[in-house]
Amino acid sequence: MLTKRIIPCLDIKDGRTVKGVRFENIRDAGDPVELAKWYAAQGADELVFLDITATNEERKTFAELVRDIARHIDIPFTVGGGISAVADVELLLQAGADKVSINSAAIKNPKLVHDLASRFGSQCVTVAIDTKYTEATGWKVYTRAGTVETEYNTVDWAKKVVELGAGEILLTSMNNDGTKAGFALDITKAVSEAVSVPVIASGGAGNMQHFVDAFNKAHADAALAASLFHFRELEIPDLKRFLKAQDVDVRI
Amino acid sequence: MNLVIVDYKAGNVQSVMFALERLGINATLSCDFETIKSADKVIFPGVGEASSAMAQLKARNLDKLLPTLEQPFFGVCLGMQLLCQHSEEGDTDLLGIIPLAVKRFETDLKVPHMGWNQLEKLQSPLFAGINEGEYAYYVHSYYVPMSEYTIAQTSYPEPFSAALHYKNFYAAQFHPEKSGPAGSQILKNFLAL
Repeated sequence: MLTKRIIPCLDIKDGRTVKGVRFENIRDAGDPVELAKWYAAQGADELVFLDITATNEERKTFAELVRDIARHIDIPFTVGGGISAVADVELLLQAGADKVSINSAAIKNPKLVHDLASRFGSQCVTVAIDTKYTEATGWKVYTRAGTVETEYNTVDWAKKVVELGAGEILLTSMNNDGTKAGFALDITKAVSEAVSVPVIASGGAGNMQHFVDAFNKAHADAALAASLFHFRELEIPDLKRFLKAQDVDVRI
Repeated sequence: MNLVIVDYKAGNVQSVMFALERLGINATLSCDFETIKSADKVIFPGVGEASSAMAQLKARNLDKLLPTLEQPFFGVCLGMQLLCQHSEEGDTDLLGIIPLAVKRFETDLKVPHMGWNQLEKLQSPLFAGINEGEYAYYVHSYYVPMSEYTIAQTSYPEPFSAALHYKNFYAAQFHPEKSGPAGSQILKNFLAL
């Protein structure tokens, strides 16, 4: 049985792990390679590394760190942040990343998704979608680290990037991110049911039941969290035992 | 041991090199005929799209060389599929070493089949020390159906070939280089064949 994936996300700035609360108030939570090894040993199914300043500051991504991570860990990982061209992706995959995650660049140039999928295969192209709900607009896609509203309705955009060749969707609800009040179940479910590729729920995890709900109610294929894991408010072995007891298939 | 990894610009080469490095093995990355022919063992990694991978192999004439090899050979992921006859992906003729066809998942489940799934009915020294039901990491949209050469199976939702063995050619659809300690053990088992 294919298991649901638990994915710690490590936000990286200047080679260090940080976590923004609602994308602000960045705190330092350690060395990425050490943290990655620790998570692999704890039973994390995958890791995501996001170079959080890359998009805003137009700086090149972190191929050297990626190489260091690939050298030391034996589970898959995705890297993202500031990727805007096929050449960026080639560099990161050659360094040992399994997947890349693109966000703002896909909005700016949707054809990039197609170009990456045909060059490297859909299996390594994750499109990250930052979404925000307001009563006036519904769930809209935001870009540039969540600072700029786009014209796209979230479900439509998800369907479009999958048509273009995305192999996975990483869906972050900005309303929920940092709140620890649970994942955005409605939009996660809507996206998961609208597309044929796996969907990672992100933003809002605060306790173990939130993960059960993401899988059982919102039909997510994977769930991602950051500070909850980094500050050891929730340990992955405990979480997986809990999920198993609730009839969620997980790798233990 | 003289271990050579076939170099045709496959995406996961670095991960395979690092996994071997963690086992204390320095592999040689090469597309040179003599280097590959004289290797004790050969690993053939691969991710990506079948027709572009075949084009890369043909550009180096590796499509002529690989079928003639006689030492233990291990194809990984797309490297397993490329050993077969034909793929539905891009309607591509493959290396034709193993007389099997590669098909696309036709299922209501999510495709790609991505994540950790269980290895079952293990029947090869490749899986020495691996428990039935052990998890391995997969990411693929095409698969090799069950066959007489299947040496392990995984279900999604129907059983398919998780690994193959045909003459000196071994192959795994999952990624041993990304499958934690179990994956390392499988690589170690290949090195001991």
